[in-house]
Amino acid sequence: MRDFSYLRANSLDAAREAAALPGAMLLAGGTTLIDLAKCGVAEPETLVDITHLKGLDSIEMSERGATIGALARMGHVADHAGIRSRFPAVSEALWQAASAQIRNMATIGGNLMQRTRCPYFRDPANFPACNKRQPGSGCSAIGGVTRGHAVLGTSDACIAMYPGDLAVALVAFDAILHLGERQIPVDDFFLLPGTTPDREHAIAPGEMITAIEIPGSASARRSTYLKIRDRQSYEFAAASAAVGIEFEPDHRTIRDLRVALGGVATKPWRARAVEDALKGKVLEPDAVSAASLLAVEGAVDQGANHYKIELAPRVVARAILKLGETA
Amino acid sequence: MTKTTIPVHLDINGDHHELRLEPRVTLLDALRDRLGLTGTKKGCDHGQCGACTVHVDGERVLACLTLAAQVEGRTVTTIEGLAREGEMHPVQAAFLEQDAFQCGYCTPGQIMSAVACIREGHAGSNEEIREYMAGNLCRCGAYPHIVAAVRQAALEVQS
Repeated sequence: MRDFSYLRANSLDAAREAAALPGAMLLAGGTTLIDLAKCGVAEPETLVDITHLKGLDSIEMSERGATIGALARMGHVADHAGIRSRFPAVSEALWQAASAQIRNMATIGGNLMQRTRCPYFRDPANFPACNKRQPGSGCSAIGGVTRGHAVLGTSDACIAMYPGDLAVALVAFDAILHLGERQIPVDDFFLLPGTTPDREHAIAPGEMITAIEIPGSASARRSTYLKIRDRQSYEFAAASAAVGIEFEPDHRTIRDLRVALGGVATKPWRARAVEDALKGKVLEPDAVSAASLLAVEGAVDQGANHYKIELAPRVVARAILKLGETA
Repeated sequence: MTKTTIPVHLDINGDHHELRLEPRVTLLDALRDRLGLTGTKKGCDHGQCGACTVHVDGERVLACLTLAAQVEGRTVTTIEGLAREGEMHPVQAAFLEQDAFQCGYCTPGQIMSAVACIREGHAGSNEEIREYMAGNLCRCGAYPHIVAAVRQAALEVQS
């Protein structure tokens, strides 16, 4: 790991000012950044440690929903009684992510800045070509070993998968990111790779995530996060779904439905086609299975990751039907 | 490039240490290479195995992904700080009793993780222990005995 200078921020303004300088990066839990610095992917000249800032780690519940400070840690949010009862999919996405140790370190703001696990991206010594690291250098993954790569939202420049869980639940429930004064829907914060896979987030130098606001809703209250993976725990998703459902008073007709996918796309993937196909319909297995196929409309596989196109709709359908059982 | 060091004050197992470190030095390397506290193990050094698990302000974290400079002002507990007056911690005793290790390399991390797992209230069933101990890999495959040890210690601590 290349050495860097270390600066401990005493205030939010000081942190943003320092992080705006060339070569500077914000350091929160460090679970992505220190790892990538060891891989030679991140080469910061200065790390601005924001973990000693006060007052940015609160979890506030109101009638409108939840507001989570950027420095709240994953494990605390997962275990928070209000989050568990009003946003079960958010709690489940968090406790099924990473390990207890990493969840104690990683912050909510840092989680949203998590980078891809693409093994070619993570290994610059052996794979110099990576459009995400070095724009225009090419993509080592295309034509390589692609079992874990994306099938949705890909481009000729990049097929790297977005690996996170929390953001999948956040896009399903229309969460808003606070970047200081500026606010932006989480779905707009994550960018498609297109021709500029090096640009992953709609955030500018000197900006910092300060809070996440999740609007409360009936569908958020009846929600779940279903994560299927190669091993039972401490693993990234092969395919996952955040699903929320609100029924009409008859407990069978779907009034509102939220569906987002993880483990299959280059960003947290809202599946509005599935939602639209089922809203107003009576929940029954055949209709759910048929509609769930719309989750992977337009998917392009590389061969080794074809299974994701089969798996993802089944994960979506199972999650929806599971929520139906509790109606 | 120039090697600049910064003063870092660490509070480890109740002892205070004044060190000068390059900013990139992790808590794991500071513990092992500068303070001789080699109980905390370096497995993968990338946050994937849990061998370096220590407690910071009472919570389990990975020392390999924590900069030493980040924990200034916080209290760090390592496996060397667990026993009290020569008396093993109940989790250490349970690991011995249940034969919860083979080569032993992952054991300090397993024990530090288990102490926190029980304290968090995540050791209520074998299933819950397996989920909340998933961040600690054991390449010998001693998992059934590790679960038994955590379960035994959880019952002892709670009673």
